Amino acid sequence: MTSHSRQDRPLFEPAIARRAVLDAFRKLSPLHQLRNPVMFTVWICSAFATGLWIQALTGRGEGRPGFILAISLWLWFTLLFANFAEAMAEGRGKAQADSLRRSKRDVKARRLLGSDRTGPHEVVDAPALRVNDLVLVEAGETIPGDGEAIEGVASVNESAITGESAPVIRESGGDRSAVTGGTLVLSDWLVICISSNPGESFLDRMIAMVEGAKRQKTPNEIALDILLAGLTLIFLLATATLLPYSVFSTKAAGQGHPVTLTALVSLLVCLIPTTIGGLLSAIGIAGMDRMIQANVIATSGRAVEAAGDVDVLLLDKTGTITLGNRQAVAFLPADGVGLKRLADAAQLSSLADETPEGRSIVVLAKEQHGLRERDLHALDAHFVPFTAQTRMSGVNLGTRQIRKGAASAIEAYVQSHGGTFPDDLRRTVDQISMAGGTPLVVAEGPHALGVIQLKDIVKGGIKDRFAELRDMGIKTVMITGDNPLTAAAIAAEAGVDDFLAQATPEAKLKLIREYQAGGRLVAMTGDGTNDAPALAQADVAVAMNSGTQAAKEAGNMVDLDSNPTKLIEIVEIGKQMLMTRGSLATFSIANDVAKYFAILPAAFVATYPALGALNVMRLHSPESAILSAVIFNALIIVALIPLALRGVTYRPVGAAQLLQRNLLLYGAGGLVVPFIGIKAIDWLLVALHLTA
Amino acid sequence: MSHAWSQNLLYLALLLSLAYPLGTHMAKVLEDGRTLLHPILRPLERGIYRLMGIHEDDEMGWKAYAWSITLIKLLGLAAVFLLMKTQAALPLNPERQANVASGLSFNTDVSFITNTNWQAYGGEATLSYLTQMLGLTVQNFISAATGIAVLAALVRGITRRSAAGLGNAWVDLVRSTLYILLPLSFALALFLVSQGVIQNLSAYLHTAGGQVLAMGPAASQVAIKMLGTNGGGFFGANAAHPFENSSPLSNFVQMLSILLIPAALCVTFGHMVKDRRQGWALLAAMTVMFVGALAVCTQAEVKGNPALDGLGMTQVASLDQPGGNMEGKELRFGPGGSALWATATTAASNGSVNAMHDSFTPLGGLVPLWLMQLGEVVFGGVGSGLYGMLMFALVAVFVGGLMVGRTPEYLGKKVEAFEMKMASIAILLPCAAVLIGTAISVLVPAAVASVSNPGPHGFSQILYAWSSASNNNGSAFAGLNTNTPFYNNGLAVAMLLGRFGVIWPVLALAGSLVKKKHTPEGLGTLPTHTPLFVGVLIGVVLLVGALTFIPALALGPIAEHLTLRSIR
Repeated sequence: MTSHSRQDRPLFEPAIARRAVLDAFRKLSPLHQLRNPVMFTVWICSAFATGLWIQALTGRGEGRPGFILAISLWLWFTLLFANFAEAMAEGRGKAQADSLRRSKRDVKARRLLGSDRTGPHEVVDAPALRVNDLVLVEAGETIPGDGEAIEGVASVNESAITGESAPVIRESGGDRSAVTGGTLVLSDWLVICISSNPGESFLDRMIAMVEGAKRQKTPNEIALDILLAGLTLIFLLATATLLPYSVFSTKAAGQGHPVTLTALVSLLVCLIPTTIGGLLSAIGIAGMDRMIQANVIATSGRAVEAAGDVDVLLLDKTGTITLGNRQAVAFLPADGVGLKRLADAAQLSSLADETPEGRSIVVLAKEQHGLRERDLHALDAHFVPFTAQTRMSGVNLGTRQIRKGAASAIEAYVQSHGGTFPDDLRRTVDQISMAGGTPLVVAEGPHALGVIQLKDIVKGGIKDRFAELRDMGIKTVMITGDNPLTAAAIAAEAGVDDFLAQATPEAKLKLIREYQAGGRLVAMTGDGTNDAPALAQADVAVAMNSGTQAAKEAGNMVDLDSNPTKLIEIVEIGKQMLMTRGSLATFSIANDVAKYFAILPAAFVATYPALGALNVMRLHSPESAILSAVIFNALIIVALIPLALRGVTYRPVGAAQLLQRNLLLYGAGGLVVPFIGIKAIDWLLVALHLTA
Repeated sequence: MSHAWSQNLLYLALLLSLAYPLGTHMAKVLEDGRTLLHPILRPLERGIYRLMGIHEDDEMGWKAYAWSITLIKLLGLAAVFLLMKTQAALPLNPERQANVASGLSFNTDVSFITNTNWQAYGGEATLSYLTQMLGLTVQNFISAATGIAVLAALVRGITRRSAAGLGNAWVDLVRSTLYILLPLSFALALFLVSQGVIQNLSAYLHTAGGQVLAMGPAASQVAIKMLGTNGGGFFGANAAHPFENSSPLSNFVQMLSILLIPAALCVTFGHMVKDRRQGWALLAAMTVMFVGALAVCTQAEVKGNPALDGLGMTQVASLDQPGGNMEGKELRFGPGGSALWATATTAASNGSVNAMHDSFTPLGGLVPLWLMQLGEVVFGGVGSGLYGMLMFALVAVFVGGLMVGRTPEYLGKKVEAFEMKMASIAILLPCAAVLIGTAISVLVPAAVASVSNPGPHGFSQILYAWSSASNNNGSAFAGLNTNTPFYNNGLAVAMLLGRFGVIWPVLALAGSLVKKKHTPEGLGTLPTHTPLFVGVLIGVVLLVGALTFIPALALGPIAEHLTLRSIR
């Protein structure tokens, strides 16, 4: 459970950028542009402007060919820049996919003809394997496909998938039986039952995902697309009708000339939301890419987007909120028993106990009472292991019989030896239970010596993360098999908002359904097969890569690091994606105000000279004004590519504060920036003698 | 502070304080509650249902609701058309008004069923008393009630969870009329009569000096004309006519009644969604925009025409004259009373006039023009203003919601692709009708011939006509002769588009919202009652309005204003 993540890729890797430039031209095909109504409009405008230029070359045009050429070139650039943004985002994914594909080399598989490992087998190519085929994989061989280990245990290097080089154990049965194709068996052997047909494996899905090959628009993206198409339509009408208005006005004023088509086409491209329209797909792809950087594979963009909406987070207690196991924290002797005696007995009873709890008792005895470990053989000790019947474990040292176990079990044990269970001990036991701990009673023969207090240890820093989630408006719910008392105490210590105690798979499923019926979006993590139903029901379900195949199939994301707190990062990435879209849309629309002030006076000053007063930027000439606006409109796309790829910064503060911040930055900024930018470009054009 | 400004202040104070009690009352009416009027009107209401075979508890899905509304409009269309085409043969026609020409009938008819009340007709010169009372007045009530009903359906779409029904259109129409429009109109009509507005069925008076004084049941029609944001005058001169609007006091009260119900509906909205702050936020957004528009218009009209200053004329208010731009205005209202009226009547989709908007200063005329182009959502028409504003609120919520990183939701309902589609259509259609209508008009010689002024002002006249019709306002930049086949038919189409092109998507949207689950509000939810959201909402309304119409406005009033300024 390391917090390892792939190396962060720099935003502009030269190799990716080079490929993206080529792709940008390839994407100029109108068929590709048709997917995006905003950019398709730009495509038509560019083609139209080019036509106007050719017309001007023949001498029958509406203006200087040089000017019209400059406009049409910059319109094409607008398209190219948008294409480049998309290609950059895709390129980063493709690079990732290539490295994945390398691990998908041609692998030979040993397909068992029977179910016996030692029986006959045939060697086939991995792609020939089908669901339910059994294969044998031995040390040094690559696992040929996704599946489940049904026999054996082996250490496996999964770095091809997870980027984590430390080997993991895969064994039949239990929650660590899932294996992934393309990973390498380092030691021992496994018999694997193949669970996916060629082309459907985890690796295939992962490659398709990072390449964006199967990318479908997410719901919010579709809704935004509709809004942008609506705006485009409005602006199309506003500019198209300007031609008759202008003809009428010219006649009415008796001076000037109707607005040129070049000016209208420029105005249209400047007004329609090209900034967001051009970057929209790049934002979506980059969001998926950021997920991959965080070592999470999402099965769809939809799931990534839904992550931003999560308002309830279900977290397993064990391994997520607390360290995997309980630990002994105190020895509490019964009345009349020395602390030392209790600690001694506790240590002796646990020396052979290899459970984490048992070891923590030995450690506590050593730390608090300086009791060193002793050699069991020298003591002539016989370890009595825990059984479900006795519910005790312990040690026999000659005639001494030391036992530790649950209070009820020890009480029965003491009484059977003719002793009594002291009342004060009963109180201590109750107190520990109430406080969320687990009491283990230690007895020697008929004497109950005292209690060992075991406690769940809440992970360091987890409380702060939950506080962060609360600030984001997300409720955390702890899921545990503990009794309600214990659960409440840990919940309070960890700072979760709620808990589900004595959780069964059915109870989990019911809880998720209840939250969903209340209109909430639920996210959860899980790894075991018994988590699968709940994972399938949750809106955002993150399966641990270390988990079972069933869990991975049920979830809509897989965390390669198997880190349960990864959900927090996932939520942030989801939110970031939406925020980037919203902020750039706002920016794009706010930009239009300045563009009006640049183009309108330029287009109509000949008809109504008084409209020159609207030229607040004091742009040099009508031509330079229109050209500057068009250039600004194209360059701003390039300037915003890094933001689109990186995403708008998310801070875990309430929605109101976020809105205020982003409005100020992208709304107010969007109003002001183009005034400065257009003026600067105009000044440059004049300084470089590039305009009439 | 001059008279005009203090009148504005008093107006706002009274409007906002009356909005609360009326809004609460309307919420009760629409939510099945009991009001003080129930003991008297409930038996009547039941009687109507029994007579019409309406089952009060029958719920309608959005399509049934929309068809019901459309059906009653079509019936109204047929009835009024029939009345106009046969009025010569019908009673209550002392002046023997002839049957109305088909083109004008169609235009007037459409304009009344769509709550536009475009005056291509001249009331006293065209229509019989029967047509006025049975045709126009009845449609005034129904079209206003329609607005309230559609709004109620939309609000139920928001408040009901995982349901299908939006209420019963017939019940909503009956209740809105019975418990809201009728009592208010009755009281207002009585008050207007006290101020000298006429109410009789006599023949026109012929004075010794040869003057003809038109008569008729004016007060009863004027009351609902103002309250229902209809605006169609009993007389051709509308509220500038002394028999329709007699005194400064009647002027003030009529202005108040223009915005009364639209403002109060915001309060109603807050009640119905169980969060009054939501209603206040919408009211605040409307009020802020209204105050801004009012300030510009009042300032422009009180200050007068700057070009006249150089000619040795005084436009300063004194005991002898109200000062400011008095061209086309009534002395008893002055520039202040006219500017406030013009702003209120175009903020709401009322469209009644007490002065000639054509004669306003360019900036003073720009304000009413732009207010209409914003989609009549600054208070707006009865019901229609608020449901129009809610479309903008959905867009604001969508953009704002994305900016805080969450699928946008408004009052617990997720705003998704279908909602964006419907909201976009509802906002887009009237805009498209204005732009396209104006474009065709400036190209068609027959349409250009109707223009009476040269230069940018002539363009403003055409733009104003289409803005008014497409947004169901009904006021006119007088000076454009619109009683021509081109305008009668073209504007009628624009009016239908502006009404049904909004009602249908709004109801479809309500039908989609009502099915959705309710998402409880959390820290991550975008709050929609804060000043910040009010700001975003205003920004969206203004930006859409500005970005769509600034090019056109630049060639009309803006060019005119800047030219006028440069003359000085």
